[in-house]
Amino acid sequence: MNSDIFLWLVQDGVTNGAIYALLALALLLVFAVTRVIFVPQGEFITFAALSLALLESGRTPGTLYILVFGGLAAATIELFGIWRQRTWRRLPRIAALYIALPVVVALLVVWAAPRKFDQWVQVLLVLAMVVPLGPIVYRLAYQPLANASVLVLFIVSMAVHYVLTGLSLIFFGGEGLRARPFWDAKFTLGVVEISAQSIFVVAASVVLILALWLLFEHSIHGKALRATAMNRVGARLVGIPTVLTGHMSFLLASFIGAVSGILIAPITTLYYDTGFLIGLKGFVGAILGGMASYPLAAVGSVAVGLLESFSSFWASAFKEVIVFTLIIPVLVWLSLRSRHVEEEEE
Amino acid sequence: MSRSGVARFAALRTHAAFVAFVAFLIAAPFVLSEFNVTLMNYIGLATLVALGLVLLTGVAGLMSFGQQAFVGIGAYVTAWLTTAYGASPWLGLLAGFGLTGLIALGIGLITVRLSGHYLPISTIAWGIAVYFVFGNLEALGKYNGLGGVPAVSFLGWTVDTGRKYYAVIWIATLCALVAARNLLDSRAGRAVRALRFRATMAESFGVDTARLKLVIFLYAALLASLSGWLYAHFVRFVSPGAFTVNIGIEYLFMAVVGGASQVWGAVVGASVLTLLKEWLKDILPKFFEQSGNYEVIVFGLLMIFVLHLARHGLMPILARLGRGNRSPAVAAPAAAPALARRPRPRAAEPLLAVAGVHKNFGGLAAVRGLSFEVRTGEILALIGPNGAGKSTLFNVVTGVLRANGGAIRFRGERIDGLRARRIAQRGIARTFQHVNLVGTMTVLENVAIGAHLRGTMGTMAAMLRFDRDEERRLLHEAARQVERVGLSAHLAKPAASLPLGLQRVVEIARALAADPVLLLLDEPAAGLRFEEKQALAELLRGLRDEGISILLVEHDMDFVMGLVDRLVVMDFGEKIAEGLPREIQSHPAVIEAYLGGID
Repeated sequence: MNSDIFLWLVQDGVTNGAIYALLALALLLVFAVTRVIFVPQGEFITFAALSLALLESGRTPGTLYILVFGGLAAATIELFGIWRQRTWRRLPRIAALYIALPVVVALLVVWAAPRKFDQWVQVLLVLAMVVPLGPIVYRLAYQPLANASVLVLFIVSMAVHYVLTGLSLIFFGGEGLRARPFWDAKFTLGVVEISAQSIFVVAASVVLILALWLLFEHSIHGKALRATAMNRVGARLVGIPTVLTGHMSFLLASFIGAVSGILIAPITTLYYDTGFLIGLKGFVGAILGGMASYPLAAVGSVAVGLLESFSSFWASAFKEVIVFTLIIPVLVWLSLRSRHVEEEEE
Repeated sequence: MSRSGVARFAALRTHAAFVAFVAFLIAAPFVLSEFNVTLMNYIGLATLVALGLVLLTGVAGLMSFGQQAFVGIGAYVTAWLTTAYGASPWLGLLAGFGLTGLIALGIGLITVRLSGHYLPISTIAWGIAVYFVFGNLEALGKYNGLGGVPAVSFLGWTVDTGRKYYAVIWIATLCALVAARNLLDSRAGRAVRALRFRATMAESFGVDTARLKLVIFLYAALLASLSGWLYAHFVRFVSPGAFTVNIGIEYLFMAVVGGASQVWGAVVGASVLTLLKEWLKDILPKFFEQSGNYEVIVFGLLMIFVLHLARHGLMPILARLGRGNRSPAVAAPAAAPALARRPRPRAAEPLLAVAGVHKNFGGLAAVRGLSFEVRTGEILALIGPNGAGKSTLFNVVTGVLRANGGAIRFRGERIDGLRARRIAQRGIARTFQHVNLVGTMTVLENVAIGAHLRGTMGTMAAMLRFDRDEERRLLHEAARQVERVGLSAHLAKPAASLPLGLQRVVEIARALAADPVLLLLDEPAAGLRFEEKQALAELLRGLRDEGISILLVEHDMDFVMGLVDRLVVMDFGEKIAEGLPREIQSHPAVIEAYLGGID
């Protein structure tokens, strides 16, 4: 290996690692606030990336069906609750969030898709389609089980993942898609050529990570999320609505998932189920950080990206094997430190 | 009908369900078409894997999405050995067990000690890794797999048709089901059933929970490996496609849909999902033009519905339809040889010596330099206002928490720093402030957990029913202790059905079943009525007269003052007074702590 290849692999690894870091943060956030191990995060990546690629070719992405029907399902459940409890004043909000918003977004996309607007408009359309899916998924699958154990919530996550990959295959088909890069330029830095797309990805990740940090440290909503993460009952007692914090954390998760999908779409060819593997790599990063520390998770994710890029050079067929067995030594280290007897809450 | 008559009738009905199931299995190959026999074979293969998950997930609380990898290892090892080297399939089975065992041991050693969510995530990750290993190794035929796997033969009888495989698969599956049921109804099984929600309690009665979790993980892996071996020789072909992560997810869904806490849930779940998948594959393409994995969507939605509406799966619902009641309770034998008892300490021996013990939680000092002694044959009460550090001290003495400083000696031996189960071995038994019973188990079974260290039979002996002699003695002892605390009428009820006060008394019976030298009782009288308190005091005096020393935490002063020999009073983690009941009642520091200062 010469230094050119070395630097190229580093660039590749850091670019992917930045996306994994973003995902790892979202996963930690959702886990801390709701105790949900959010495996379906990967599907948001897929939906965003493939929707962007389809919009670029002037086609209407099937994501909007998921949005509209998901919204209608959530609205039906809410309406049933409103009818039973006679809380009619909640009606306008439910109708706006779960019916009007998805339908308006869907109509907008149907109108805009064949017109092939500028790439930035398409990015906004993708965000408008994918981000509302987070709270909808929370409402449908998780909210009724908010007090269930981590393990039950984990099974729900796998079930949601199942449903969403199934839908993904129906709406996007089996073929792989790739989006155009946002920025085609290349810079030469000494011996190595750096693509502008890589710089863009890393910069976007860093900005988002900083924004999340600011949100958490300095806004009242961030503080509410942190309080819920520390102690759900306590948060409820001081008047923080835990259902709302659940929705908020899922909103952030779907936003980060969608952004990751948009960032990765020009870098790799994605298939209907690729997001799952990408999301899991975010998990590996989060586990490398011990499932608790945000900065360590970010470092762990970059390590995953680098390992992946170097193993694809040396042993490309075993790339995934190497990345996914990486968590074993980390778990060894974690298990050596633990003395505590583990039990679930009933 | 008399009580025993009802039990016998219920037992008969359970047996009837089992007999009907076996009769169906025997009749099936003679009536069903070739296609349906094949389907039954797949159900049997899936049941083996789902059964492992029932024990692992539903009973022990460990979740794995990686069982398909163990199935794959079992299948690939035998396929490779028999096709590349012409080895006997039986060698393939042993080699598959060997490799699966090694890998499961490795993964298990690392993960069973960690928090609940590490195991499922890591099983997904390594399941993916194993899939890619199968798909990329030249020797295993890469993504094309290995064909031409030979049929198995036994003493000249070649198993080469679907119907013959049916016999082999279902005999293996039935054996595994019966073995699992035997296991759950045994000394080891009661410990396994406590793992999920009551691991701390189990440790306090001598159960090595980490080792037991590892054993269950290993057993589930070996069942999966057996399923893989049967699969490889039945289908005669293996390829990575049969061992994807999705298959692993489906195995877990089977366990959950069937009812992850019951052995028969595995059969129900495996049948429902296998048949549903077949039916959906048949019917869905008629509705949709486009091809796709529609069954995946249906499975996912089905899982979400099951978890929202029937979290315990279909088996309990079927059981209710079938006989309107739970399976008959384990009964205690009327007579059995007594278990060995521990030698009692001599009366003058200092029993428990707590010297300068500290315990901090972060910046909060819960116990600060506390020292006192419990002498042989006395009842010592530890009292103090709420938050004085009494329960923390209990947890430190019994090894649930580790002291930050000081020394604890029991019969002259340092016990601080020992794990809870090691302390239990030395003759200390306890009750918990927050009742710590396995709610779904009967009172008798809960109390029998107390006698865990007085038996020796392990999981293997339990599966093969070699443990029946010891089991009779353990259950008889447990029943004796339940009778002693006056709860014989509740013997066969699920522990959770008792009022909270009586559940505390069950905790005392469980501690007594451990044959303790020192008994630690955390608020035993809370929630009891007046007569029940009097009976409890009487019981404790009787225990003291037998030579059992008692350390108790209690708030009810009338109860304490009339019962105990000496008191230690704590406030803010420190000892503020020590002495006889009448001395304590007039002690100025105690009055100040309880009633507040005058200034």
